[in-house]
Amino acid sequence: MTEHTVILRNVSKVYHQNTLAVQALTDINLDIPKKELACLSGPSGSGKSTLLNLIGGLDKPTSGEITVDGQRVDLLGKAELAALRLHKIGFVFQAYNLIPVLTARENIEFVMQLQGISAAERRARAMDILKEVDLTGLEDRRPGELSGGQQQRVAVARAIVSEPSLVLADEPTANLDSKTAQALMELLVHMNQEHNVTFLFSTHDRLVMDFSRRLIKLHDGRIVDDQRRT
Amino acid sequence: MPFDAGSPPLVVTLAWRNLWRHARRTLMILFAFALGVWSMVVIAAISRGSMEQQLDKAILTLTGHIQLHAPGYRDDPAIEYRLAPPDALLRAALAGREVSAWASRVRVPAVIASERESAGVTLVGIDPAGERGLSFIPAAVTAGRYLESPDDQGLVLGRKLAERLETGLGRRVVLMSQDVNNQLGDRGFRVVGLFDTQPRQAEEAYVFIGRATAQQMLKLNDAVTEIAVMIRDRDRPEATLDRLRAAAPGLDIEPWTVIEPLLVLTQKITDVILIIWYAIVFAAMSFGLINTLLMAVFERTREFGLFQALGMPPRHILGQVLVESLILLLLALLLGNLAAWATIASLKGGIDLSAVAEGMELVGIAPVIYPAWAPADMLAANALVFVLGIAASLYPAWRAARHVPVEAITRV
Repeated sequence: MTEHTVILRNVSKVYHQNTLAVQALTDINLDIPKKELACLSGPSGSGKSTLLNLIGGLDKPTSGEITVDGQRVDLLGKAELAALRLHKIGFVFQAYNLIPVLTARENIEFVMQLQGISAAERRARAMDILKEVDLTGLEDRRPGELSGGQQQRVAVARAIVSEPSLVLADEPTANLDSKTAQALMELLVHMNQEHNVTFLFSTHDRLVMDFSRRLIKLHDGRIVDDQRRT
Repeated sequence: MPFDAGSPPLVVTLAWRNLWRHARRTLMILFAFALGVWSMVVIAAISRGSMEQQLDKAILTLTGHIQLHAPGYRDDPAIEYRLAPPDALLRAALAGREVSAWASRVRVPAVIASERESAGVTLVGIDPAGERGLSFIPAAVTAGRYLESPDDQGLVLGRKLAERLETGLGRRVVLMSQDVNNQLGDRGFRVVGLFDTQPRQAEEAYVFIGRATAQQMLKLNDAVTEIAVMIRDRDRPEATLDRLRAAAPGLDIEPWTVIEPLLVLTQKITDVILIIWYAIVFAAMSFGLINTLLMAVFERTREFGLFQALGMPPRHILGQVLVESLILLLLALLLGNLAAWATIASLKGGIDLSAVAEGMELVGIAPVIYPAWAPADMLAANALVFVLGIAASLYPAWRAARHVPVEAITRV
């Protein structure tokens, strides 16, 4: 039987803007198996980011069930959600979202420090992953001293260094040039294979779709297509 | 947050680095706070110094720390309310370790007349040696000489009174007062000394002669009207009072706080003024602190959302903002106290207000104020700034911790 990292059942999300109700997602049912490399695509406003936020526990669904690595995300409180994100979910954001006052190594160690991993182990793991993302020598630079591509590689390293079950990447290549985007996607595929991490992207980028093994198309908050690619 | 001996706690690292992210803003609020702390401590030291000087002066101006009288004397300081010289029991109580000086006096209302003018005064018959360490007069004689013994035949008066009577050293004056037989006793004296003192009103109020001479003039035999006592700890007279009251149960024995209630009131007013000053300074400072922290929190909304997205519990975000405030407050307290200490040390020689001395004197303030480093005031100012500073930081910290991650992260 296939093990699933993510299971969504009848998930809907309605945003209320003043008196207006905006239906962002309608009745989403989705299973993402372990080690999947899947991609959510669709036009702006189709609900890609909303879906990622719900799966990541950054937001609550209006109705439906969301299960991540066996835990019902929609039923968890603030502290439990924080613990789930800390131990099981990694995030890669479009705007990198590194912590500006920390160096590249410290950004990577951030999650491990929250997890209570010893300084020596943190340092060793951070240096290993920096080598893997080809940033050796830049570990003491702060985000402002790194290029966009380098920052995104630090963000990827941070997302996977503590070996989460799932990495959610929202438009990871949107701010990168095509060459850097290609290198990043190769890196993510490598991480998916080497670290057995499930990846779920949201993107407009053809390149990201080409690298994904599964394409899930959204339109007006509904899944309109779900294809496995060979 | 899990303990990790290998590096400082994450919230401390983040708080420290975030403080210096906008170094100019941090330094400005730091100096504003330090200035507030400095002003609290320095003004407290000046006020306390001035108050202490007023108290010391008032106590030396024939008040002492404790006075013993015949009942009724304090309401009507007349010769009828006299008392016998201290007996052996009272002398033994007055010889206690906590008593630093004591003397018996004859102190009655009198009239002094020169060949030109006359004035109502308080005649004080003293034992000149006994007054050392007890009152201002031994050190205040600036022209002529101080009295030499209780039966000295000379008279010492204030310079201001001498000017008013148009008399001076070596001239004769006449003292008149009611004796024990309700007869007017009068006697001529030669002025042997002039004294200067603060407040200048005392120069017009008191005339000093030998105690035995006064007893003879007023037919008192060896009776006196007052015994004044100085103790080693002004603020703890209770034990001495108990001993003296046990030794002389028939006498009216009171501490300076009862004899001079105005001084106690002035002390209380000083405390209230200091509290009001602290409150004003702190109110101004707290607006700055809340504003700075709120700005820092709003600027970092996205970052706080990111922290939560990465799994940082909201309480650690609250802790981070509070630690920022804590570091800021501790630095400001350190800086403010050091500056205050340096200022007070540099004013050791006193603050000379002699240019406005007359006006100051009217309200009982000496022309030179010596700031007094009062640890209790310093502690109060520091505790107030620290505790209320942390309390003022709670709102920005709470704002930081309550962001919903998705709203914070998507906010541009």
